[in-house]
Amino acid sequence: MSTPLRVLVTKIGFDGHDRGSRLVAAFLRDAGHEVVYTPPWQEISAVVTLALQEDVDVIGVSSLATDHLIVPDLMEALCDAGLDHVEVIVGGIVPDNEIPLLTDAGVARVFGPGSSREDIVDGVEELGRSAQQRKLSRGGFEA
Amino acid sequence: MTVVGDDDTASTASPGDSLFDRLRRGDAAAVARALSAIETGGPQADVVRGRLQSLDGAARVVGFSGPPGVGKSTLVNAYIDELRSQARSVAVLAVDPSSPVTGGAVLGDRTRMGNHTSDPGVFIRSVASRGHLGGLALSIPSMLDVLDAAGFDDIVLEAVGAGQSEVEISHFADTTVILSAPGLGDDVQAIKAGILEVADVLVVNKADLPGADETRRHLEAMLELRDTVTSPPVLPVVALHGNGIGAMTQAIDQNHAAQDASCGPQRRASEALRQAAIAELTRRIAADPELDRLGAAIHRGDINLADAVGALINRAASPDERNQP
Ligand SMILES: Nc1nc2c(ncn2[C@@H]2O[C@H](COP(=O)(O)OP(=O)(O)OP(=O)(O)O)[C@@H](O)[C@H]2O)c(=O)[nH]1
Ligand SMILES: [Mg+2]
Repeated sequence: MSTPLRVLVTKIGFDGHDRGSRLVAAFLRDAGHEVVYTPPWQEISAVVTLALQEDVDVIGVSSLATDHLIVPDLMEALCDAGLDHVEVIVGGIVPDNEIPLLTDAGVARVFGPGSSREDIVDGVEELGRSAQQRKLSRGGFEA
Repeated sequence: MTVVGDDDTASTASPGDSLFDRLRRGDAAAVARALSAIETGGPQADVVRGRLQSLDGAARVVGFSGPPGVGKSTLVNAYIDELRSQARSVAVLAVDPSSPVTGGAVLGDRTRMGNHTSDPGVFIRSVASRGHLGGLALSIPSMLDVLDAAGFDDIVLEAVGAGQSEVEISHFADTTVILSAPGLGDDVQAIKAGILEVADVLVVNKADLPGADETRRHLEAMLELRDTVTSPPVLPVVALHGNGIGAMTQAIDQNHAAQDASCGPQRRASEALRQAAIAELTRRIAADPELDRLGAAIHRGDINLADAVGALINRAASPDERNQP
């Protein structure tokens, strides 16, 4: 079996409904990946620290109400922390006309309510492998 | 003193400043990368291990173990509070089990340590056990070396709360804290034989709940049955509210005072070697067809057990000679 991906599944903003993020965490665990799971209401700075310390490949942000509107701020904070190799996906309910706001900010994929388990796992795996490649290409420890 | 978690790490990295230099300064991103390299294995793991060679240790390593739900993560959180009030920098490795079926894991220990995420003096890393059964993960000794090299004053280990984890953690921690609590069902069963032997400090957590006194008395009675001179203290604690943490910290400090942290890396290397050697020997013996032949010979009375053991170990030590009679 290949190395598991490390994925942060989290919720920022005001909405506390975490059924979706729990489900996604379980999907990824069952696909053999390691999921760092947080309760809802995370600060953006906390998400950045978590991603850094846990060295995750992918961050999944769940949004059911308007939380996705602060995802562009998260993207900027990740970049400032030197974490621009990390892929960010948003799952939940995002109005069609607001999707460009996210993708323009660097969000890799938006998974709507109709996404299947397979869609999500395949998408995360593809993105996670490319994040790992990008990190490797930036050089590592030298003997 | 380290600059663990310096907020400007990304911008202070200059060219010519290697990733390992940054690790030695306690730069969180470099520490995180080194931990991943160790976990993943391969060439980068070898490079990191090579760079760590012959460094002296300085960090104090405290291990927390006990049955699932006893309050390990909550207690680690309270202990971090205490260490931070003394301005000591802290790194935590929190081990959670990987699914034996899929290999995946949901790592949730740090959700109970959430208050410390914004503190640059605290570094927390969730570790999946990845099929290792001892309550930790195979990479733990080298991960401890990474954190020690990064200059953390204290390293805290939280084990998977099951089975023999209590014993394994004691090999890697300078001080081993074993938790018990009332209301875990059969909490007496949770403290099995062999575990009292490795505990430097025994904590009865959830002392706010009914039954805590009884749990404590039971532990003390078990300790009295042993014929050793010294017994670990049994301390009531309410991890959730921070009660009893001062006394626990004192007990940990006292135990540390008797140890030399500079030998930490060397002790961890010996222990990792011991485990790897035992695993290899076990594998070779289990695969040796002679095992069954010798078993039958013992059964017939042709050879005694001690001689058969000697024969098997000799064969395992020189597998090339196996095909010879
Ligand atoms: N009443 C009471 N509850 C506590 C105390 N400490 C922890 N708990 C509760 O016990 C439950 C388990 O706590 P954790 O800290 O997650 O326990 P753990 O041993 O880390 O659990 P695992 O890592 O899953 O094995 C939580 O609901 C805590 O709030 C305490 O001192 N008193
Ligand atoms: Mg825990």
